[in-house]
Amino acid sequence: MELKLTLNGRTVTDHIEPGLLLIDFLRSHGCFSVKRGCETSNCGLCTVLMDGRPVLSCSMLAARAAGHSIMTLEGLQEEAADFAGFIADQGADQCGFCNPGFVMNTIALLREIPDPTDDEIRAFLAGNLCRCSGYDGQLRGIRRYLDSKKADASPEKGGSHGA
Amino acid sequence: MMNIQNYVQAESLEEAYQLNQKRSGRIIGGMLWMKMARNTVGTAIDLCRLGLDTIEETEDEFSIGAMAALRQLEQHPGLNAWTKGAAARAVQDIVGVQFRNMATVGGSVWGRFGFSDVLTFLLSLDTYVELYRGGLLPLEEFASLKKDNDILVRIHIRKKPGAFVYQAMRNQRTDFPVLTCALSRMEDGYRTVIGARPGRALVLRDETNLLAGGITEESAEAFASWAAERIPVGSNLRGSAAYRTQLVRVLVKRGLLELGGKETWN
Amino acid sequence: MEHNTYREVGKPVRKKDAMQLLLGKPVYMDDITQGPALVVKLLRSPHANALVREVKTAAALKVPGVEAVYTWEDVPKTRFTIAGQTYPEPSPYDRLILDRHVRFVGDPVAIIAAETEKAALRAMKLIKVTYEVLEPVLDFRSAKDNPILVHPEEDWYPPCPVGGDSRRNLVASDVNADGDVEAVLADCEIVLDRTYHTKAFSQAMMETFRTYTELDRYGRLHVISSTQIVFHCRRILSQALGIPKSRIRVEKPRIGGGFGAKQTAVCEVYPAFVTMKTGKPAKLIYTREESQIAGSPRHEMEIHVRLGADRDGRIRGIDLYTLSNSGAYGEHGPTTVGLSGHKSIPLYTGNLEAFRFGYDVVYTNLQAAGAYRGYGATQGIYALETTVNELAEQLGMDPTAIRDKNMVKEGMKMPAYYNEPANACALDRCMEHCRQMFHWEEKYPVRDMGNGKVRAAGVAMAMQGSCISNVDVGSATIKLTEDGSYNLIIGAADMGTGCDTILAQMAAECMDCSVEDVAVFGADTDASPYDSGSYASSTTYITGKAVERACAELKTQICAIAAGMLDCEPTEVVFEGKQVRRPDTGEAVSLEQIGYKTQAASTQAAEATVSHSSPISPPPFMVGMVEIELDKETGLVTVLDYMAVVDCGLPINPALARIQTEGGIVQGIGHTLMEDVRYDHNGRPIGSSFIQYKLPTRLDMGRLHVEFEHSFEPTGPFGAKSIGEIVINTPAPALTHAIYRATGVWHRELPITPEKIALSRPEPS
Repeated sequence: MELKLTLNGRTVTDHIEPGLLLIDFLRSHGCFSVKRGCETSNCGLCTVLMDGRPVLSCSMLAARAAGHSIMTLEGLQEEAADFAGFIADQGADQCGFCNPGFVMNTIALLREIPDPTDDEIRAFLAGNLCRCSGYDGQLRGIRRYLDSKKADASPEKGGSHGA
Repeated sequence: MMNIQNYVQAESLEEAYQLNQKRSGRIIGGMLWMKMARNTVGTAIDLCRLGLDTIEETEDEFSIGAMAALRQLEQHPGLNAWTKGAAARAVQDIVGVQFRNMATVGGSVWGRFGFSDVLTFLLSLDTYVELYRGGLLPLEEFASLKKDNDILVRIHIRKKPGAFVYQAMRNQRTDFPVLTCALSRMEDGYRTVIGARPGRALVLRDETNLLAGGITEESAEAFASWAAERIPVGSNLRGSAAYRTQLVRVLVKRGLLELGGKETWN
Repeated sequence: MEHNTYREVGKPVRKKDAMQLLLGKPVYMDDITQGPALVVKLLRSPHANALVREVKTAAALKVPGVEAVYTWEDVPKTRFTIAGQTYPEPSPYDRLILDRHVRFVGDPVAIIAAETEKAALRAMKLIKVTYEVLEPVLDFRSAKDNPILVHPEEDWYPPCPVGGDSRRNLVASDVNADGDVEAVLADCEIVLDRTYHTKAFSQAMMETFRTYTELDRYGRLHVISSTQIVFHCRRILSQALGIPKSRIRVEKPRIGGGFGAKQTAVCEVYPAFVTMKTGKPAKLIYTREESQIAGSPRHEMEIHVRLGADRDGRIRGIDLYTLSNSGAYGEHGPTTVGLSGHKSIPLYTGNLEAFRFGYDVVYTNLQAAGAYRGYGATQGIYALETTVNELAEQLGMDPTAIRDKNMVKEGMKMPAYYNEPANACALDRCMEHCRQMFHWEEKYPVRDMGNGKVRAAGVAMAMQGSCISNVDVGSATIKLTEDGSYNLIIGAADMGTGCDTILAQMAAECMDCSVEDVAVFGADTDASPYDSGSYASSTTYITGKAVERACAELKTQICAIAAGMLDCEPTEVVFEGKQVRRPDTGEAVSLEQIGYKTQAASTQAAEATVSHSSPISPPPFMVGMVEIELDKETGLVTVLDYMAVVDCGLPINPALARIQTEGGIVQGIGHTLMEDVRYDHNGRPIGSSFIQYKLPTRLDMGRLHVEFEHSFEPTGPFGAKSIGEIVINTPAPALTHAIYRATGVWHRELPITPEKIALSRPEPS
């Protein structure tokens, strides 16, 4: 069947099989940041934004994304780089395999709650598993980023939403 | 992984209904559990274009479209004000935000899953399901019916004044629950709903009037013990029957005491 | 501290690959092998023990796109091991690529190669296998000398004498001792006799097992695999496929986590076999389910401890026996078990008069175990530390005080640790530091919070090693580039741990340059100097030392070249980082000039390769303390605070050392409270997905607090010891202790689930 959607701001049209999962569609279109960590919707590695909302691309038919906007980390490099360096400073990237999904959901978090508490961060990211870091370094990185923004005292919001 | 041969975004409920009359037709909700089945679906019928993804509040009720996501249930200000946050508590430990953005209320209710937090919670309210052909039906009645080829369109929660409490026991914070427990007190009395028994949620009412004199430490204890005897439980990977019986007693008692502490009614 | 004068070492430098990883760049195996490749799938046995009578493949081969289906009849008949260990491997040669005798549910029966995944899966369904189902050995306690043999084959072969005997289902067996333990125990005022049981926990690294293979432009087998052990992998493939090592190249890209899982060549042989047969590229990516049921998890162990002490708390004798379950194959079986005694008993060297440590490692018809962070020490420390906590509680002594009294201290010789000396040991300072930081005096007493909830605390110590002494080899090549920067080439495998970065920090320290001036490459059997690989907590200690020594050699070379340019003897110049100077004339040549000099009419390379090995394996030490809130009615344990102080010598990169510690603690919390491994009565695994095998989320681990006590290990680079493994060892005993404090019940089997807590009652004392 025919699929037309907006991928990272650009219109993409392709012929797909009806059962194709969004993750496989995205990887076949060069979005290698999107990772598969389980087959059971449990790990959060495949997180992408659909119309700005974080979803699991391993659990969605590509066909359902027709007419919608999908953003992967490939399309949100600047918004991600804004805080990713703070996580790098903690060494919390570790093996990195969970990072794209975690970073994508952190983008969603910061758009929804620009100044989250630690508990809000934990709750929002609970669906992103990480086996290396023990999570605390990720939290510290986000916290340092938020602190640095406050120190800059610039009220503007980062990054615009997808096209 | 299930094999899908054909995918249709229905233009109308009638089209969806007709497609669903074939054996090979399947309505897809969030597709989170369905995708793990290793079977073949002739036509996957998607209701995503029918405007069923909203929660509407009127003076009398909350009307929840079948395609509304659990995350919407969690974040709906009116529903959470009405239930004093029980709606959010019922769903907030389900896997993760991304999952709850996809899992639909309709899918959770239609599936009548034993582990369902959503079904447990909704059964504690004055809830009705709206079926395309079958019309309006109390959720409690619907929950005991076998799945057929009708279509679940919306869920209606009547704003019957009451107090609501939700609790669940999980071995790990985002796991399936070992036991779910929703309690309510509305004008027609108390409802105790126990799910993840591991079977489908059951509703228990105060048949023996143990709570007639109000909720006290003693009456809560007595009712919880009675509930633990009455609720049939079984064993699965997450817990044994003996453990579940203990949890029924503990969660019902705690829930009642919390309910008793809620002085303000809607 | 006295060693704070370094510029690059001891600093929290960002990992060199950090931004690539955080921004989702294509750096993993499946990202960088996007050309056409045959999809490889494995048909797996549904039976725990069976003989393959017949495999009908005709229908499968007719599926469009199917290239080949291979069965046991197609593969070489020479046995090998897939354990990534130094040759001759202690693990028995008990594997074939495909065996007619399948020994666990998940053992491969056929290899399918097809153009698409869909075709491969359809073909898999069409293969008809007739099995002769045999009775399995499922209980490891009755495996030894069981009439049912897991490995009845005649060609079972142990390359090393480790006490194994396939006729007795024994992978390995040994006893060693110091002093007369029976006499000491008989003389003790109190003897505790306890048995503990730990399960086959899964590493569950986020990137499952995966390998890509192709023939390169010389027609050699080129393997790109998510592995910790490129050189062992090359040898294993050579043995399994029967081709010379010169015909194989193995490289690793970035790895999505290993934790020891990828110290076994779990999946490499299958696509490699397909590529050798077809000449075509092939790719095998394990599903999460395959990783869970046919991976290389921890060895299940039952540990029997007899511990003798006097009423004043002096621990005088320890007798420890471990029964280890290696599963259907023997990978790492003979070696993991050793750590259960040798890396637990030495913690109590203080007053120990005698010890005995015996073990049996058995085959069963369950998933084969492998290497997992901690490698047996985790199991042994859980058992011994819990016994010591039981002793303290029985004697009414503060469990930290009983440790103060008995722990190993710097300068002691450790009889249970091959008589190695504790050159660098800050365990006593770790305990004091942790006690202060945690507020042990306040947290240790049990506090009733009302509503059925109590708060309580627990403590444990741990040790590990740094490398396998007299075995591991680490190497480094460092070479000067013409702009004055360096290339550091290693065979150790960064699997997210950050070794590429910490080794670059060491090189930068030695060469007096910045970390950015050191480009790191690894690991590739064609390009890297030999390294046994990243395991056994060896990379910082062994490969790090190799880097330090290689840098010293390179400096000598650079000075020699510069001396030639300055017309003097090498002894007359000094290396100053950016230049080499001749003090007596004040003349200098820049590194850039030296670099260009090596490229024009030069007979002297500015490149040094050094291999390093160590006769000792200096232990890092650690203390962990946990505070929990326990709901006595539901059994729910909420971890509030986990505090730990680690002595890893000098942390080369404190940020990465801290993250290693935090990650290890959370894995340990998972094993103790929620991760469970279960089989049905036929030996079929239950819980083969993340729906059932629950890893801790960020809502399950409380708050972590990690600090360090420095010591100086004279044989390590910059005084460093290891950090990667020890950090997983304290949660099980510390949590078991806290749960006892809250409930009065000692749980001697992991995991300790809410149900076990809620339904258990204190034993009558």
